[in-house]
Amino acid sequence: MKILTANRLTDGEAVWFSTDHRWAETIDHSEIASDKAGEERLEAIGHAGLANNEVVDVNLIDVQLVDGEIRPTRLREQIRAAGPTNRNDLGKQARPAVSRAA
Amino acid sequence: MYRYDEFDHDFVKARVAEFTDQVERRLAGEITEDQFRPLRLMNGVYLQLHAYMLRVAIPYGTLNSRQLRMLAHIARKYDKGYGHFTTRQNIQYNWPALSDMPAILADLASVEMHAIQTSGNCIRNVTADHFAAAAADEVADPRPYAEILRQWSSVHPEFSYLPRKFKIAVTGAERDRAAIQVHDIGLHLKKNAAGELGFAVYVGGGQGRTPMIAKKIRDFLPEEDLLSYTTAILRVYNLNGRRDNKYKARIKILVHETGVEELTRQVEAEWEALKDGELKLPEADVRAIEAYFAPPALVARPEGDEAVKTARLDSRSFGEWLDQNVLTHKNPDYAAVTISLKGIGEVPGDATDSQMEAVADIAEKYGFDELRVSHEQNLILPHVARADLKAVYDALVEIDLATANSNLISDIIACPGLDYCALANARSIPVAQQISLRFASLERQRDIGELKLKISGCINACGHHHVGHIGILGVEKKGAELYQVTLGGSGDEHTSIGEIVGRGFGPEEITDAIETVVDTYLRIRNDRTEKFIDAYRRVGAAPFKEALYGSEAKAA
Repeated sequence: MKILTANRLTDGEAVWFSTDHRWAETIDHSEIASDKAGEERLEAIGHAGLANNEVVDVNLIDVQLVDGEIRPTRLREQIRAAGPTNRNDLGKQARPAVSRAA
Repeated sequence: MYRYDEFDHDFVKARVAEFTDQVERRLAGEITEDQFRPLRLMNGVYLQLHAYMLRVAIPYGTLNSRQLRMLAHIARKYDKGYGHFTTRQNIQYNWPALSDMPAILADLASVEMHAIQTSGNCIRNVTADHFAAAAADEVADPRPYAEILRQWSSVHPEFSYLPRKFKIAVTGAERDRAAIQVHDIGLHLKKNAAGELGFAVYVGGGQGRTPMIAKKIRDFLPEEDLLSYTTAILRVYNLNGRRDNKYKARIKILVHETGVEELTRQVEAEWEALKDGELKLPEADVRAIEAYFAPPALVARPEGDEAVKTARLDSRSFGEWLDQNVLTHKNPDYAAVTISLKGIGEVPGDATDSQMEAVADIAEKYGFDELRVSHEQNLILPHVARADLKAVYDALVEIDLATANSNLISDIIACPGLDYCALANARSIPVAQQISLRFASLERQRDIGELKLKISGCINACGHHHVGHIGILGVEKKGAELYQVTLGGSGDEHTSIGEIVGRGFGPEEITDAIETVVDTYLRIRNDRTEKFIDAYRRVGAAPFKEALYGSEAKAA
């Protein structure tokens, strides 16, 4: 399973391509590619995002579903999705859990 | 300290205007990321895990209060209320928006600061002994020479696209506090028998994936030949450095592959053609630059001895801070103070905006407006009257920056690691925090004595683990963090590269492993005067391996 991630050009914010077809600031509603065709589709979206100067550093990353929630396989991506592990007051983890409730 | 002249002002202003235009064109989509990336890197802008990162140059680590207040302002206005002081005597901001970069750089320029050449394959910020002009053991202030090198190397047309980045460090004392032997060029400022100033020149040191100790290629280079000789070294490197392989592109590999004798011959041959040319430093110019660095007029404050004695009797914690964080000054009425950015359990090198402002106030009130950033990620007040030490201490207590742990095990160097850095393989900060908390007792730390612990979250070694008495290198193995321990490294005048002690440890095991290493040292040391590094050099790795791995070590 893979999802598409990048950083937003203007401010570098970590973003993920979501099921509602936008670059979202949280990982929760990312569009998941479960097969080669899905990955290729996401890759094309990533290329387009880079080409239209919306995002930079576009990557497909491995994820799994844990209790219905998307969880990146690599620690690096877990940290991108949450924020620095030593500072709970920074990054996505510091925000009200609006998206989780949604 | 050095003040910008008209040329410096115009140069930095022009660069801000140029980069502002580049940022605007990027945001407007007129240039692509591939086109923009090298431009932003030339201006210190990286892309990290969570956001952009801006690395601001602090030439040879020297700052005044106005500049530190501006760094605080930037942290507050454009970032998240803190900055991270680095092992290159610079400061990094972890969260600035690209769209704010022009405003940040304009703010920096207003206090004679910039982010030029803090990235890219050019000559980076020249570093120097953070106790320059203060330390009692100094022959001369290394900073005028660092400044001359800065002026010469800024957008140097021949050396802006080197095979790889290039780092120069200068020390002015026998006791090397600038780690010159792990730099591409290390300069040891000294006097010859005739009392003339010059440099011992070291080349080809470095850390990273292939750590090497620099080789001394000249024992005494006259002061006037500084730029011609440096140019000769850079020219040989620029021509022959390995551009075919990023991992072999530093000058240390060229020195290693060419051999020090042949490389020295090449440098000397190049220098022969250069030495009597326009790069020869005019005496008057050197003295003019030196004048910028003239120490403040230190008026006699003989009451300091008595004041310190009385205050020490009054406060044990003040006494501990005096013992650990206060260095002997050239002037007996004065002292140099280390402001530890290593509070127990805190992030090494981080300071909040209000801490920076308060330190700026202290520097202005008690420190002749002078500050330094050390490569060990602390701040320094180089000139404080001994009579004012208690007042400085009390002010530091107010802002939680009075931890009396300079050179002790909790004075840890740590890179940002995987919590921020796009290159990292493992976290550094939480490991530093755990170890700091484990050894929280100051009494225990003082019993252990001088111990330099350094942590890097990847093989690039920004956390200087190779030269830690105890070094920790974080790697990723099968998707998990693993920490390798090295022992016996040192980054001073007796530089050595630490040796890997054995298999690595998981995040839950590493603090115990460090404690085992420390307990082993306490057991084997001759007495309290034998430091960790000396004990290690005497006995080698065997007892540490035995303690860490037991029978496994014997079998290996």
